[in-house]
Amino acid sequence: MNIPDELQYTKTHEWVKKIQGNEVSIGITDHAQHQLQDIVYVELPSIGRELKMGAPCAVVESVKAAYDIYAPLSGKVTKINQELRESPQLINEDPYGKGWFLHIEISNPNELADLLSPGQYRAANESEQ
Amino acid sequence: MKKTPLYESHLKYHAKMVSFHNYLMPIQYDSIINEHLLVRKNAGIFDISHMGKFEISGEDALSFVQQVITNDAAPLSEKQALYSPLCNEKGGIIDDILVYKMNLNKFLFIVNCANTEKDMAWLTEQAKPYRSLKLKNVTDEMSIIALQGPSSLQMLKNTLETDFKYLKRFCFDDFLMDDLSMIISRTGYTGEDGVEILVDATYALRLWDLFLKKNEAKGLRPVGLGARDTLRLEACFLLYGNDMDETVTPLETLIDWTVKFDKDSFIGKESLLEQKAGGVKHKIIGFEMSDQGIPRHDYPVLKKGEKIGKVTSGTFNPTTRKGIGLARITDQHAMAGEEIQIQIRDNYHEARIVKTPFYKRELKK
Repeated sequence: MNIPDELQYTKTHEWVKKIQGNEVSIGITDHAQHQLQDIVYVELPSIGRELKMGAPCAVVESVKAAYDIYAPLSGKVTKINQELRESPQLINEDPYGKGWFLHIEISNPNELADLLSPGQYRAANESEQ
Repeated sequence: MKKTPLYESHLKYHAKMVSFHNYLMPIQYDSIINEHLLVRKNAGIFDISHMGKFEISGEDALSFVQQVITNDAAPLSEKQALYSPLCNEKGGIIDDILVYKMNLNKFLFIVNCANTEKDMAWLTEQAKPYRSLKLKNVTDEMSIIALQGPSSLQMLKNTLETDFKYLKRFCFDDFLMDDLSMIISRTGYTGEDGVEILVDATYALRLWDLFLKKNEAKGLRPVGLGARDTLRLEACFLLYGNDMDETVTPLETLIDWTVKFDKDSFIGKESLLEQKAGGVKHKIIGFEMSDQGIPRHDYPVLKKGEKIGKVTSGTFNPTTRKGIGLARITDQHAMAGEEIQIQIRDNYHEARIVKTPFYKRELKK
């Protein structure tokens, strides 16, 4: 299982990468894309939408079913990955790179403390199995 | 949780196992898309041992079968099979099944896994007036392996050293290889050519391994229930529990042809005649999405903002890479070419009613 050291995580298998100031990039983990397999459709929020930590913010669909993706932090959507519309398989191929979902201008930096470290995320996955 | 005799083999092939109506079954081994395309282009092998199987025997067998199914078993020759709904008195669909005529006084029903117990209880009740009838649940004693795809008959020949091309669609035959006895049936649920092989559960793994060993070099791979569902939907075979249940009748689905009103009597006949005379208000149609949205079971179907029905089955179609589905809608809209909308979460997505099936194999002589 690939869990990069420089990212933070949620129990619901999203990752968070700090970009600059209060802006973060988010996506889903290698473990999540592997569980879903064959991602064929992604629904992203519109730019400017206010997200609430823990609330659904996007949907990914495999051949079999649709799954909610939860906002790892609260804030405003500043950028979305338009490429996913045509090429949702990028999430399977490169979950931490070209398969990013969106950028958030976070509104409450205190929430960052609630995210999991790579070690905590690994441990959470192991106890899940 | 029950396991089929092929459980260990599924693990060996790295299957993702899921609980499916009390059975641990392989949903996929590799990817549903690859498995779907493999069956369309070459061949795949499926474990469908979870299907329910009932033996019906005795002098009354035919008259009992005729009473419980809506289709007509009278014209069947020995070793011929028939698709039919089982209906209740109101014409509601209890299950859709395959009826195999083994011989003059013996039939085999293959029923949906989820309905095995319900069907057995229903049939037991209906069998009461038939004194000499024997009804036996043989689900655990018999496995079913499906070999499906354009190369399947060739692979069958490679494995059993016998050509089964003489079997017409919906015909079956007994076959014995050394001590391995089986029934080869030219049936399937994928829209491709192929066979379903009924074999004693104790020999199922041996036969499964033999097929894979003899045909691995030709590309044969196990295929899971995920692709079985996308294949059947692309071929427009209905799925019990999704496209039909006890609240709908065969006349409101794509299988109105399975109701044979010229039969003397059968359970549900009066209600179905009444419905036919009054006109059917709902129809099942096939539709294709105009954008990239993927329809799913229960999504609302609209026409100019007005709700006209619901999606009964939907998926991403690996062949065309588009969303496809079946929907039950009010009859006046049920015409190919009509533009409809599918509500996917908070958005309305454009779709178009198309002719069914979505996929039809090219018939080769």
